[in-house]
Amino acid sequence: MASSSAYDVVIVGAGHAGAQTAIALRQQKFEGSIALIGAEDEPPYERPPLSKDYFLGEKTFDRLLIRPDAFWGEREVALRLGRTVTGIDVGARSVQLDDGSSIDYGDLVWAAGARTRRLTCEGGDLSGVHYVRSRSDVDRLLADLPTASRAAVIGGGYIGLEAAAGLRKFGLEVTVFEASERPLARVAGPTISRFFKAAHERRGVKVVTETTIEALEGSEGRVRAVRAGGILFPVDIVIVGIGVTPEVEVLAEAGATIENGICIDAFGATSLPHVYAAGDCASHVSRFANGARVRLESVPNANDLAATVVASIMGAPRPHEATPWFWSNQFDLRLQTVGLFGGYDREVVRGNPDTEAFSVVYLREGRVIALDCVNAVKDYVQGRKLLESGALLDVARLADASTPLKDLAAPS
Amino acid sequence: MISLTVTNREGETRDIEVAEGLSLMETLRNAGFDEIEALCGGGCACATCHVYVEGDAAAALEPLSPDEDDLLDAADARDSRSRLSCQIHCEPSMSGLHVTIAPEA
Repeated sequence: MASSSAYDVVIVGAGHAGAQTAIALRQQKFEGSIALIGAEDEPPYERPPLSKDYFLGEKTFDRLLIRPDAFWGEREVALRLGRTVTGIDVGARSVQLDDGSSIDYGDLVWAAGARTRRLTCEGGDLSGVHYVRSRSDVDRLLADLPTASRAAVIGGGYIGLEAAAGLRKFGLEVTVFEASERPLARVAGPTISRFFKAAHERRGVKVVTETTIEALEGSEGRVRAVRAGGILFPVDIVIVGIGVTPEVEVLAEAGATIENGICIDAFGATSLPHVYAAGDCASHVSRFANGARVRLESVPNANDLAATVVASIMGAPRPHEATPWFWSNQFDLRLQTVGLFGGYDREVVRGNPDTEAFSVVYLREGRVIALDCVNAVKDYVQGRKLLESGALLDVARLADASTPLKDLAAPS
Repeated sequence: MISLTVTNREGETRDIEVAEGLSLMETLRNAGFDEIEALCGGGCACATCHVYVEGDAAAALEPLSPDEDDLLDAADARDSRSRLSCQIHCEPSMSGLHVTIAPEA
């Protein structure tokens, strides 16, 4: 006989969005019962360090925990770890788990995140091919490192470049393969792409663009080479960072509206009654994207959407309007980004990229819509305020890095 | 052990004993001060672990780095007592420090 239980709020997904939903509910004195269901065996932990401090051995796993183990019990959040939800009965307000049990909910928060896109070419399933999404992914990778001297990184996005930086610190020969014409093409403009390509090359990383992987070749079940552009590159390990797919299938089957992720309204609600969504799996209409629907993959977005959902559950709904931001650390380079660059009509560079401290301001119709700041914290902080103010800019002075961004709002 | 006095956003104050080795941010979070968001995980990339530090022990802290100084400018409630708690390493010389969680940015 399958067991069943009931909670006022059931949160599916124990990543940043799910954990923050539970934390914020208790912080706001929510008195109902809460269950947090996670697919992995670990209690909620931070993912960004997986490609940075944890990978490099600078932080142990317990320092990645979003809250200490005891927290969840003390706050009366029931953790169901190592479990996934396989179905939802929206009418009965009940979720089915992969162990055959079911849990009834008052409100459901879908925060199941996203899964890594897998390499589908021949040889993609060889051992020595790694992903960087979960602790177990990275532990497997670390176990493989001591015997490796040559690495291929497939995908020149943030994850790929962070992994490449880590691998260089371990002393490996590293080649990054990017299918498009430049790294970071999905998330930044050409100046930033050029800069990071050059900065990686200065630090010994090879960056190969406009090249798709034809196959991975191996022997005895283990990867030995990458075939790309007709050339065979010998390797000992491969790290794949080619993006993620949002976890939407269970909600889609239950009838939720899906459009590049689970559609939520300004209050975090999906199209299904009593079902909210937050984090990497959810898409929302953003004023920072000129009113387009966006799905953002970041910790700040996970936390901000969780806050929006919690406000709705607490009966004090307020529209979601958090400013998107993000950061990436590669070697001694710290990129801080704010806003969404898509749809810019002009980019202005402040400072000289060759000094490795500069920023790029993305404009649309004379207003700041995003900034990418490399080792330029002042521009990040002041630029964020300019962006949020929506002020028209004195564009002529923008390129002069000696003029602080805060002085650039054009007189109205 | 290091003794700290901590005041949360609701104005409640309690004393905690903490170990060396972690950052003040991690220590506060582990001690149940849930208001510490620390979204960037302690990398000095945001300002969501903003606190005020006071008392004689505050003067003994390592001074702010230029990056921390710049990031604190993002906080509306910044004043002369402001620090990012992820940038303070817990050590015995801190005993007696009074930490107040700063208002939300």
